[in-house]
Amino acid sequence: MKLVDLASTIRSKNAGVDHITFDIICRDRKNFERVRDSGVLDPAAVARLFDVDVSRVSDFVVFEPANAIKFTIRRARPSGSMGESDLFGSQQYAPLFDVEIP
Amino acid sequence: MKTIRIITPTGHLGTTPLEKASFERGCAASPDFIVADSGSADIGPYPLGADKAASDEVWQRHDIEAMLLAARRLRIPLIIGSASDTGTDRGVNQYLRLVREIAGEHAFEPFRLAAIYSEIAVDEVRRRLKDGATIRGLNGRPDCDGSVLDRTDRVVAVMGAQPIRDALAAGADVIVAGRSSDCAIFAAPLLEAGHTLADAFFCGKAMECASFCGEPFMGKETILGRVDGTGVYLTAMHPAQRCTPASVASHAMYERLNPFREYVPGGYLDMTNCRYEQVDDKTTRVTGQTFVSSPTAWIKLEGSGKVAERALFIVGIRDPYTIANLDRAIGWAKGKLTERFGPIGAGYDVFYHVYGRDAVMGAMEPTPARAPLEVGIVVEVVCEDAARAASICHIAGKNLFYARLPDVKGTAGTAAIMSDEVLHARPAYEWTLNHALEVADERELFRTRFETVGR
Repeated sequence: MKLVDLASTIRSKNAGVDHITFDIICRDRKNFERVRDSGVLDPAAVARLFDVDVSRVSDFVVFEPANAIKFTIRRARPSGSMGESDLFGSQQYAPLFDVEIP
Repeated sequence: MKTIRIITPTGHLGTTPLEKASFERGCAASPDFIVADSGSADIGPYPLGADKAASDEVWQRHDIEAMLLAARRLRIPLIIGSASDTGTDRGVNQYLRLVREIAGEHAFEPFRLAAIYSEIAVDEVRRRLKDGATIRGLNGRPDCDGSVLDRTDRVVAVMGAQPIRDALAAGADVIVAGRSSDCAIFAAPLLEAGHTLADAFFCGKAMECASFCGEPFMGKETILGRVDGTGVYLTAMHPAQRCTPASVASHAMYERLNPFREYVPGGYLDMTNCRYEQVDDKTTRVTGQTFVSSPTAWIKLEGSGKVAERALFIVGIRDPYTIANLDRAIGWAKGKLTERFGPIGAGYDVFYHVYGRDAVMGAMEPTPARAPLEVGIVVEVVCEDAARAASICHIAGKNLFYARLPDVKGTAGTAAIMSDEVLHARPAYEWTLNHALEVADERELFRTRFETVGR
């Protein structure tokens, strides 16, 4: 199954001026455990997905109270720098939709 | 311990207007304080660096008027943090003016207005650096040195709860604060009432974006927070919204690197062991939060500096052959720029934002390009001199119209020009400071001034 069908929220947003954070929130515990226990998502996997060095994945947390997985990627440049096109970091999550969760 | 109720109608005062119906419900729920945050670093480095509001004064006035009317009617304090987006002295002074004007229009009885300023001169930061202060880089940035300050035009210090507590203790009815930690403006009145650091800062963390901690998703609706010594209670005031364990916990992780810790001057809130319980249809109670005090006081500094002037030009391309060879076309256009203006990166820079292909995600885009039907290209040029930026930008855009590709069929123009004009964009700024300065007392970078307003 694809992640987009298991999660109720998949979003990205600035976390301070140097990072973009990604939240994957599952509505129910069953879906959450399926995503969590699949082992498909970890720092190396998200680094590969977004084609960034794994050292730029600054945080990766399973956040049980919200049935969520959360990770944070350091921006190449601070938000709003010249040449930048996503000031709020709010449209970086779409590639997560198609991640296959067995 | 006294039970304290706080209402907040907006997560960013002034961006778009607050919704009055749920705010009135909040006002009817016997609040002790009205609190609203008005700032954000999300708006990018321009407003701070250029010292301009990002919000429209029409909505800033709208929200301040609604809150001030309620606060004076209920005879409860009003606290506004990070005045006018940036929290610079300009922002504080603008909000003081609005408060005075609104007070005059409504002929309020006299009240005490406190202004807390948080802007620091770049030279003051430089002096502290020279005197041996460490200005620690946050989130992986290197520590600050003189070269960082050379690139900085404007700096604000981010206050914690203490300056706001002091103003409340001194009898302020309305507080307009400069740049402040979002959760500290909520924590201050709770701490003054004797509540724990953990409950005070958790309440602030949950409420800082108002109705974002409820579900379904709604902005600008009022949330009621109650702290009574048995936990933090969050209640949605909109009839169709609820605060649930899922919605409050989801918000605890919003816009942050790590969902378990919130750093504020004086330490951090630890949310690792939070328990979320639904206590009535619209209310969630949170317990288990702790606060870890730090032995030294650190104050966050935000700084922004101008990089260069900026110009934009917009073109569209529909020819499938040109789209398939877009990088070659752009490469040719760039080559022409180099020929006329010297190497890109030496005195000017150019960016081709290809909407329809990868403008949004750039290097992080993992999906192999599918041939789009058409693409829109925003050409961005930055250069120290505005006239030169415009001149380079015009050529950078127009050269896509003349792009030389070997098999192009559309020899009358390889791009659609939306309007043959260079758009003057506001200058490019950059976040130069995202740092923390060690201080002896967490009050020392902030200045408070009182006045009496009203007839």
